[in-house]
Amino acid sequence: MFEAGFFYLFATLAVIGAMGVVLARHTMHSVMFLIFCFFNSAGLFFLLDAEFLGIILILIYVGAVMVLFMFVIMMLEVNKAKLREGFLQYLPMGGMIAMALLVEFIAAASSGIFHTDAIATVGHLGQEVNNTVEIGKILYTQYLLGFEIAAIILLVALVGAIVLTLRTRKDAKYQNISKQVNVRKEDRLRKVRM
Amino acid sequence: MEWTDIALTGLIWALEILAIAVPVALSVAYITYAERRVIGLIQVRKGCNRVGPFGLLQPLADGLKLFLKETIIPSQANKILFVAAPVMALVPALVAFAVVPFGETTLFGLWDTAHVMAIAHLNVGILYILAISSLAIYGVLMAGWSSNSKYALIASVRATCQMISYEISMGFALVCVLMLAGSMDLSVIVNAQTGGFWHWYIIPLFPMFLVYFISGCAETNRTPFDLVEGEAELVAGHIVEYSGMWFATFSLAEYGAMILISLLTSILFLGGWDAPIPALDFIPGTVWLLLKTSFFIFVFIWFRATFPRFRYDQMMRLGWKVFLPWTLAWIAVLGLFTYAEELNSSLTILSDMIGYYQPWRS
Amino acid sequence: MQLIKRAFKTWMLWELVKGLALTIRYLFKPKITVEYPEERTPLSPRFRGLHALRRYDSGEERCIACKLCEVVCPALAIVIESEEREDGSRRTTRYDIDMTKCIYCGLCQEACPVDAIVETQHFEYASETREALYYTKEMLLDVGDRYESQIAANIAADAKYH
Repeated sequence: MFEAGFFYLFATLAVIGAMGVVLARHTMHSVMFLIFCFFNSAGLFFLLDAEFLGIILILIYVGAVMVLFMFVIMMLEVNKAKLREGFLQYLPMGGMIAMALLVEFIAAASSGIFHTDAIATVGHLGQEVNNTVEIGKILYTQYLLGFEIAAIILLVALVGAIVLTLRTRKDAKYQNISKQVNVRKEDRLRKVRM
Repeated sequence: MEWTDIALTGLIWALEILAIAVPVALSVAYITYAERRVIGLIQVRKGCNRVGPFGLLQPLADGLKLFLKETIIPSQANKILFVAAPVMALVPALVAFAVVPFGETTLFGLWDTAHVMAIAHLNVGILYILAISSLAIYGVLMAGWSSNSKYALIASVRATCQMISYEISMGFALVCVLMLAGSMDLSVIVNAQTGGFWHWYIIPLFPMFLVYFISGCAETNRTPFDLVEGEAELVAGHIVEYSGMWFATFSLAEYGAMILISLLTSILFLGGWDAPIPALDFIPGTVWLLLKTSFFIFVFIWFRATFPRFRYDQMMRLGWKVFLPWTLAWIAVLGLFTYAEELNSSLTILSDMIGYYQPWRS
Repeated sequence: MQLIKRAFKTWMLWELVKGLALTIRYLFKPKITVEYPEERTPLSPRFRGLHALRRYDSGEERCIACKLCEVVCPALAIVIESEEREDGSRRTTRYDIDMTKCIYCGLCQEACPVDAIVETQHFEYASETREALYYTKEMLLDVGDRYESQIAANIAADAKYH
């Protein structure tokens, strides 16, 4: 009973948060709603005994990705009037996409996949089953190749981003910190007998 | 019957939370006192000694003063976020204490087996703390942005860069601990270090201990990494527009985070509630843990009295070019040591050496 | 070898440890704090505190209303008015010093030809109103009467340097 109660609580709050992301006028408020939504999704993961996934969701998305989002938004000057300018122009296109999605949702919902009998009931594993260990085992055996490919793609993206943005300006005066740190007393200091 | 059970469980939870939150709030108050006294003594002064005996009532007087002061909200500020920011800074600092184990107890022989003294006994404890402490940045970020002040904004941008940079090396230092303990459960990590100080992880992981503690200083925005506040150039950074109780909430969060880092350093690297030599086991474990924690809090204060502030580019270099490669290399070395015997039987000595600290392998 | 030693020192944070050792030594040094209301630092005989108007031993006031102090005062804190007394001597009828204006430069003391206006070592006369800091002739003479022994001693101690 508690579980169902918490599920509905988290699910409702997540939906409210998601709606807030779209409907909030202010970009900063949108981001806050998104963070709220992530928290509730993490709560849903916890209810499913997937505490590792839940915590990783908070750690990566809320702790790192959203911080960077905010970072960018803080630097942007968002002009609200300009945002609304093209509303009528984009309305037909957006409306069509929304209609298509609605039809898809209705079709999917009535297909019987989401019928209560078709959904497997959640079984609870005991405390002795360690999610982290299980995920680690499956990630480093069955899905090792995919895992490594993903890692390499990320590395390439990382190096690429640095290569694209790293420009050494000739006219700028940089301080070489390694050089500053490596300075020793003997190089600079001379005792003079007076 | 069922409802009384629920009510009882709820009551016990509330008591557990109070048993952690109240001492934390009190120790925050007295850490501010200790900080003023210790820094005073180091600067050949006496520090605050006027209010009450030895100035012991000073934190209460300060608290009362801040409580009675008016909280000024700038007219151009984003009001909701401006008011929410201190709370967002404080909540992660307090919530993280939920999984910190303060020792093991049988409740004076009432229970047959020793129970871990923690509000929540989570088997992903370290990850939880890492996740929660990464949220602390939102308070600073929101405070900086919503104040609508240049200084505050620059400070929060700096704070963000700092947090993101140092969280990575902090996380990798933790991975080294996990590789030795074989668990993310904080009480298991402590139990893996039982048996005297030669079992403590500070010995095989001394560089990681340094990295973790220094990154901890950076995470909590303490000197020498307090360039978020940087009073010379940023006035007071993100808290420049705050006054009264909201201002106090920020320092509550900062000192709470400081206690947390000290607690974690003692748990992860100094054997938590274990006595340094087994002969001293008669002293309760919680006392040992608190002693170690107090020592680290003293070190925080000691740092503040000793080191000048880092320059921004120096701080970035330290995080990315020194700590990150160093921690990564140490992880690789630990891994090589752990599986050395499977590479070549003549290297068994290496894996035996590190195996001494790895209870999960035997 | 030198290189290894240096690398070791760098990674062991040797310089930071040296700094920490220095501060921990200072932690145990005797403290130089003077806890003010109970303890006081010694004051120089030339200390420039609250002003006083002095008298001769006969009880006659020293001031001859030459107004040199009023002229020299850079803060315009002194106001003097004078009239002829019954016995024909020139005396002040009004001698006011506004302590909120005074900058305690000591020029009035320097200018005075008869050592009438002096600055005492008394410095704890803070008050809650501005009016209380407006010192009239009576108040200044009263200060002089109260601290005469101290003023005389200070002038004597400082005399050989003039």
